[in-house]
Amino acid sequence: MKDLVVEVNGNTVLKGVNLKIGQGETHVLFGPNGSGKTTLIMSALGFPKYRVVSGQILFKGKDISGMSLDQRIRLGMGIAFQRPPVVPGVKLRQLAEMIARTDGAKLQRVAEDLNALHLLDRDLNDGFSGGEAKRSELLQLQMASPDLAFIDEPESGVDLESIAIVGRAINAILGKTRVKAGRTASALIVTHTAHILDYVNAELGHVLVDGRIVCSGNPRDILREVREHGFKHCEVCTNE
Amino acid sequence: MNDRLRELEQKALSAVEKRAAYGPDIDLNRYRNVGEHEKIEALESLSRQAREAAYMAGIEQNLERTAGTYMQLDSSVVFEQVQRAYGGQLELLSTDEALAKYDGLPEYWWQAVPVDQDKYTARVALNQTHGYFIRVLPGQKVERPVQACLLVAENFISQNVHNVIVVEEGAEVQVITGCTSITGVKEGLHIGVSEFYVKRGARLTFHMIHNWAENFHVRPRTGVIVEEGGVFVNNYVLVKPVGSLQTSPSVYLRGKASRAEINTIAYGMKRSVIDIGSRIVLEAQDTAGESISRAVADDGSILYLRGMLVGKTDKRAKAHLDCRGILKSPLARIVAIPELDADSSPECDLAHEAAVGPIDQEAILYLMARGLTEDEAVATITRGFMNIELPGLPEALRRQIDQVMEATLHRGL
Ligand SMILES: Nc1ncnc2c1ncn2[C@@H]1O[C@H](COP(=O)(O)OP(=O)(O)OP(=O)(O)O)[C@@H](O)[C@H]1O
Ligand SMILES: [Mg+2]
Repeated sequence: MKDLVVEVNGNTVLKGVNLKIGQGETHVLFGPNGSGKTTLIMSALGFPKYRVVSGQILFKGKDISGMSLDQRIRLGMGIAFQRPPVVPGVKLRQLAEMIARTDGAKLQRVAEDLNALHLLDRDLNDGFSGGEAKRSELLQLQMASPDLAFIDEPESGVDLESIAIVGRAINAILGKTRVKAGRTASALIVTHTAHILDYVNAELGHVLVDGRIVCSGNPRDILREVREHGFKHCEVCTNE
Repeated sequence: MNDRLRELEQKALSAVEKRAAYGPDIDLNRYRNVGEHEKIEALESLSRQAREAAYMAGIEQNLERTAGTYMQLDSSVVFEQVQRAYGGQLELLSTDEALAKYDGLPEYWWQAVPVDQDKYTARVALNQTHGYFIRVLPGQKVERPVQACLLVAENFISQNVHNVIVVEEGAEVQVITGCTSITGVKEGLHIGVSEFYVKRGARLTFHMIHNWAENFHVRPRTGVIVEEGGVFVNNYVLVKPVGSLQTSPSVYLRGKASRAEINTIAYGMKRSVIDIGSRIVLEAQDTAGESISRAVADDGSILYLRGMLVGKTDKRAKAHLDCRGILKSPLARIVAIPELDADSSPECDLAHEAAVGPIDQEAILYLMARGLTEDEAVATITRGFMNIELPGLPEALRRQIDQVMEATLHRGL
C-alpha cells in the first residue's frame, strides 16, 4: 500500500501508510492499542466502514481499491479476525465447507490439527472462548488457503501450549511446511507479544504508531527495542 | 341427528357471518367448488404433480418409513392406510368414519375449538369435507411418523377439513401434516379445524408444513388439550408464498406438569399476508410453555407475529415466548405482538422477548471475508436465523425442509 490514508466514522486513523509485502514474505506488525493495526487490515480487504481517502492498495500488481471485499478474497486475500462476530444458526463446519468447496477430508484433518473438532458443529463464534475463536479463525483461513493472509493477533488469549498449535497452523497456511520449494503465501501478522515468532519465521517487522509506520526492521530487534524503551522510542528512531 | 349435533349446528349457523379476530376477511362465496376423486390403491397412482406437491409439503412417499398415511385430494379421502406393523398401535380413519364408529365422538368433537369461533369454523361445521382421525392406543409408542396430506388440485375449491388426534394415556406419536396445492392451481381456500387431545403422560409431536400458492387463503383453527404430564410439541414451517394465512393454535395445559412447545418458521414472500400466533394457557400447577418463532419478511409480504401466554392457575407455572423477525425488503412489514396475560395467577412466570431488525451487517461482512458474495452471505445468515431446533423432526423431513428453504433463499441467485 502506498501513502494510504483511511478514515473511520470521520476520524482519520491511517495517516499515510507505506507497506510492501513481497510474495512468500511474512511480516509482523507491532503497535500500541488503537494505533490502527486492525484498521490497516480492514482497509486492505475493503471493508466498507474503512474509507480510503487517498493512496493506493495494490495486490498482485493490480490496483484493487475499487474491488469489493469478496472480490478481493477471491483474488487471494484472506483474514483471521481479531474479534469475529457471532453468526447465529450458521455452523463452523458449514462455513468451512463453503469456503473450501471440497470434501470433508481436509476439514477433518485441519480441525484435528487445530484441536477444533468440537467447534465444528457449533454456531460460529457463539460462546467460543478466546483461544477457541482464534483456532476457528485459523481453521477458516487454512480452508481458504489465501495467497496473502492477514492474521490479527492470533495468539492473544491463547494459552502457552496452544500457541504451538497456532504457530503450526500459520506455517501450514503459509506453505512453510512444504518440503518442496515453491510458491508460498505471504502474510501480515499483528502481534503484541511476539510469542508467535518462536514458531513462525518472519522476514520483517513494522511498528505502527498513531496511523503511521514509524519503524521497520528485523522483528526480533524491534521487539527488543520496544520491550526496553517502549513505542515512543520507535518514533525517535525514525526521526534520527 | 341428536341434540348435541343439532346444538352445534345452531351455533355454527349463528357464526356464518362472524369475521375472524385477525387476518384479512375472505369472501367465502368465491370458494364453493367441490372436487371428488376416486380412491387409490397406492400413492404411485397419484399424478406426478400431486406427488411433487406432497413431497414439497414433507410427505414421505416410501410408506415403509411411516406408521400410517392419510391422503385427501380436494374434497375426497383418496388413501388411508396403517402400516401392518402398527395395526395394534393406532387407528387412522376419516373423521366421518370415526364419527360413525364412536357415536359422534362426544368427548372430542368441537371440544377444543369453539364451533362458533368465526365464519371459518362455521363453514367447516356446516360444509365439512372430511379430515383425519388418528388415535394412538394407550401406552403405545409409535416409532415412525403418521402422516396426513391435504392436497388441493383444482381452482376455487373450499377444503373444509376437521381433524382429530387422540393420544391415549402414556402413548407417543409424531404426526406430519402436509398441506399443499398442486403447481398450476392458482386460487383456493383451505380451512382446517384440528382438535388434539394429549392424555395423561402422553406425547404428541406435530409437524405441519404448508406449501401453497400466491392466491390461496388458509385458515387453520387448532385447539389442543393436554392432560397431566402430557407433552405437546408443534413445529410449523411455511417457506412458500401464500395469499393469506391466519392461524393461532390454542394450547390448554390442563393437567399438572403438562408442557407445550411451539416452534414457528415463516418466510414471507411476494405479497403474502401471514398472521401467525399461538396461545398457551397455563391451567395447572407446574405447567410450562415455550413459544419460539423466526420470521423473515421479504418482497412485499406482511407478517403479524402474535404470541399469547395466559396464566390461569394460582399455582406455580411458567411460559416463555421468543419471537424474532428479519425484514429483508424495504417494502415488507413485520408486526410483532407478544402478549402476557396473568389472570389471577400470582405464581405464574410469563416472559417474552421480541426483536425485529435487518440482517446483522457485521455477520454479512464476516461471511464475505470468506469469499461468499453478498447474496450468498445473506442467504446463509437467513437460513441460520431460521435454523431453530425442531424437536423430533424426522431426518427425511429435515432434509426436505432444508431443500425447500434453500430453493426459497437462493431464488434469483
Ligand atoms: N468503527 C469505528 N468508529 C470509530 N472509531 C473507530 C472505529 N474503528 C476503529 N476506530 C478507531 O480507530 C483507531 C484504531 O483502531 P484499530 O482497531 O485499528 O486499532 P488497533 O491498532 O488494531 O488496536 P488494538 O491493538 O487494540 O487491536 C482507534 O482509535 C479506534 O477507536
Ligand atoms: Mg486490533
